[in-house]
Amino acid sequence: MRALRSMGPIFLVLAVLLVLIAAANPFFLEPAGFLAFVKRAAPLVILAAGQYFVIVSGEFDLSVGSLVTVQVVVAARLIDGEESATWWVLALLIVIGLLVGLVNGVITTGLRVPSFITTLGMMLVLSGAVFLWTGGAPRGALSETFRMFGRKDLGAVPWSVLILLVMGGAAIMLMRSDFGKRLMATGDNERAAGLSGVRVNRTRILAFVISGLAAAVAGILLGGFAGVSAQVGQGLEFQAITAVVLGGVALGGGRGSVVAAMAGALTLEALFTLLNLYGISGALEYAVQGVIIIAAVAAGAVRLPFKRVARA
Amino acid sequence: MRGIAKSFLGVRVLSGVNLEVAAGEVHAVVGENGAGKSTLMKILAGVHSPDEGSVEIDGVSVSFAHPVEAQRAGVAIIYQEFNLLPERSVAENVFLGREPVRRGLVDRTAMETDTTRLLKELGETSFVSHDLVRHLSIAQQQVVEILKALSQDARIIVMDEPTAALAEHEVELLYRLVARLRERGIAVLYISHRLREVFDLAERVTVLKDGALVRTADTADITSDELVRLMVGRDLGTYFPPRGTETGEVRLSVRGGGNAVLDGIDLQVSEGEILGVAGLQGSGRTELAKAIFGAEPFTRGTMSPLRPRSVRQAVAAGIGLVNEDRKAEGLALRQSVRDNALLVSRSVRRGGRTDIRELLESVRLQPPRPEQEVRYLSGGNQQKVVLAKWITVAPKVLIFDEPTRGVDVGAKAAIHDLMRGLAKDGMAIMMISSELPELIGMSDRIIVMRDGRIAGVLPAGPSEETVMHLAAGEVTP
Repeated sequence: MRALRSMGPIFLVLAVLLVLIAAANPFFLEPAGFLAFVKRAAPLVILAAGQYFVIVSGEFDLSVGSLVTVQVVVAARLIDGEESATWWVLALLIVIGLLVGLVNGVITTGLRVPSFITTLGMMLVLSGAVFLWTGGAPRGALSETFRMFGRKDLGAVPWSVLILLVMGGAAIMLMRSDFGKRLMATGDNERAAGLSGVRVNRTRILAFVISGLAAAVAGILLGGFAGVSAQVGQGLEFQAITAVVLGGVALGGGRGSVVAAMAGALTLEALFTLLNLYGISGALEYAVQGVIIIAAVAAGAVRLPFKRVARA
Repeated sequence: MRGIAKSFLGVRVLSGVNLEVAAGEVHAVVGENGAGKSTLMKILAGVHSPDEGSVEIDGVSVSFAHPVEAQRAGVAIIYQEFNLLPERSVAENVFLGREPVRRGLVDRTAMETDTTRLLKELGETSFVSHDLVRHLSIAQQQVVEILKALSQDARIIVMDEPTAALAEHEVELLYRLVARLRERGIAVLYISHRLREVFDLAERVTVLKDGALVRTADTADITSDELVRLMVGRDLGTYFPPRGTETGEVRLSVRGGGNAVLDGIDLQVSEGEILGVAGLQGSGRTELAKAIFGAEPFTRGTMSPLRPRSVRQAVAAGIGLVNEDRKAEGLALRQSVRDNALLVSRSVRRGGRTDIRELLESVRLQPPRPEQEVRYLSGGNQQKVVLAKWITVAPKVLIFDEPTRGVDVGAKAAIHDLMRGLAKDGMAIMMISSELPELIGMSDRIIVMRDGRIAGVLPAGPSEETVMHLAAGEVTP
């Protein structure tokens, strides 16, 4: 009951949007049509799940968009069409993702730099590095095996949908574990958590690492799906944050469910699909996101810091 | 001030209080925590308005809707927490919000000159008007607050526990400062727990207890014994669970423990024992708890089972702390009862699987609903959840800091029972409380803290006067 209540409205909105899409495009009702939609949404849903861990711990991760770009560009350059290179490059990408998350987390907690600044800096560092390395135009090509994850199917189901199910399931399990409970408590009341024996910094660092991992996986899917470009990850960090906020997760931490965050991502993707179907320019996407994020936060998702009342 | 009464949320905190102070007089206001001193002063300063009664200054009745109005009428209040901007200079702080203006610009020269003149008049030479406040010591910052008051032409200055944050030698300086204020014909209301200061500084003293005026007397006509009796004298009408009879082996011992706040701490607590910790605000009670719990660790001395350097070490060694401020430090308010109650065991992976219902019933949470968010619970129930949190890991030593603050009478008795029950089951318990009847009623032994040290150890059932004497520091040995 509590779970339903706390994630309620987003599922209603998602359902309405899906109905509207189906009305405009009956193909959407067929399994293939629907799966194609989920496949397109998968990278964002995975990113949103990763972002959720960071946000619920009371922080932000603005670096995931650039990280996705890095993943794709690095993969193309290192693989350069060579099938045999696929697997070690995939492993390398995962390591890069984990490492970027680790650095974000260590700087934020260890040096007490606000995560907004840490990850903004990381975003710029990564963008700059990509630009420097590629000179503006990415070189090389991905291998077929690499592209399989983003665009091919296993039987009737796209690989990316399977990967999404695994990642989503893992996220849900993680939030139900002791780690998830400690993370929630940390985001809700850091002091109380620390005084209950929670390793607050380590918990937060792990959240950033999870977000980095999510970005790595999203990058792998997007590389196959969208191809190689230096713009592939652009704006994804804000889409992911919008999705999480849309799912009713409070900025500031300690509140909201990962399922709702992922539903928020699906909702956002559905909205873009709908705008597309009605021939509204893709350029409007940013404006729509802007409105959503302000409206969702204004609608009371933000938790005001407790005012400490002076004792008489 | 005549016939002042004030209630907050239907709770009467002041009734029929009269207080007068003459120009050039230092008038001390004393009373236990919660006696209503601060509220009375806030009424004078226009922070609260009285429900009944009147305030007159120089024979003219005034009523302040806002602190600024009180300021204009010549009332200044110096709180324990200063209102200063650390990154601005002394002069800028003194004139904050009232900067002298010349041709549309702030007249810095005038600010500096005026501040320098005031500093000279007070005989303060340890800092100058353009020093940044953050470079000043606490005592010097206090002087800046006084400068601020003087530059506003304050004729009544309220000082709220001015020595609480000062070192011993700084107190002497404050005495001289107060003497200067008196020479200038300023009326000083001096709030303090410390009886020595009352007798050193004040001509008259007013005693408040439970929101009512007990007596106003010339300090020459009253002894410190009488004063203590006036402050605490009341009936011990409440019931406490019977004391334990057996204490076992020592579970916690500290030898020569110290850190920035504490010094020379020697104590031990045995299984089955409740050790009470008394002391005034700022005496180091809470710091003692936090040191033992590893949150603000000891840096000197020895402790067994170990001297923890972190909370986790302390928890691993079987030490728990029920915090003074449960909302800020005890609970994640938006999480469920279950998630709060299990937080400690989930952090240290001890205690294995817990039957949540059994746990909640053992702390008598009513109703025992594990899915409810704790912010919706009453104070008493919240405290029981905090208690449950520690019970899951079965600590050997459990420290309670103000366990019944903000808790209703029924829950209070339940918490007292639970504490005694835990002691009977072999836990060693330390209990900090500023409510003397509670402390005396519950404790098998009491240590009294003063200025970061243990001022004395008392056996079970001392009188409140004895405790207060030790806590406040006697005038005559």
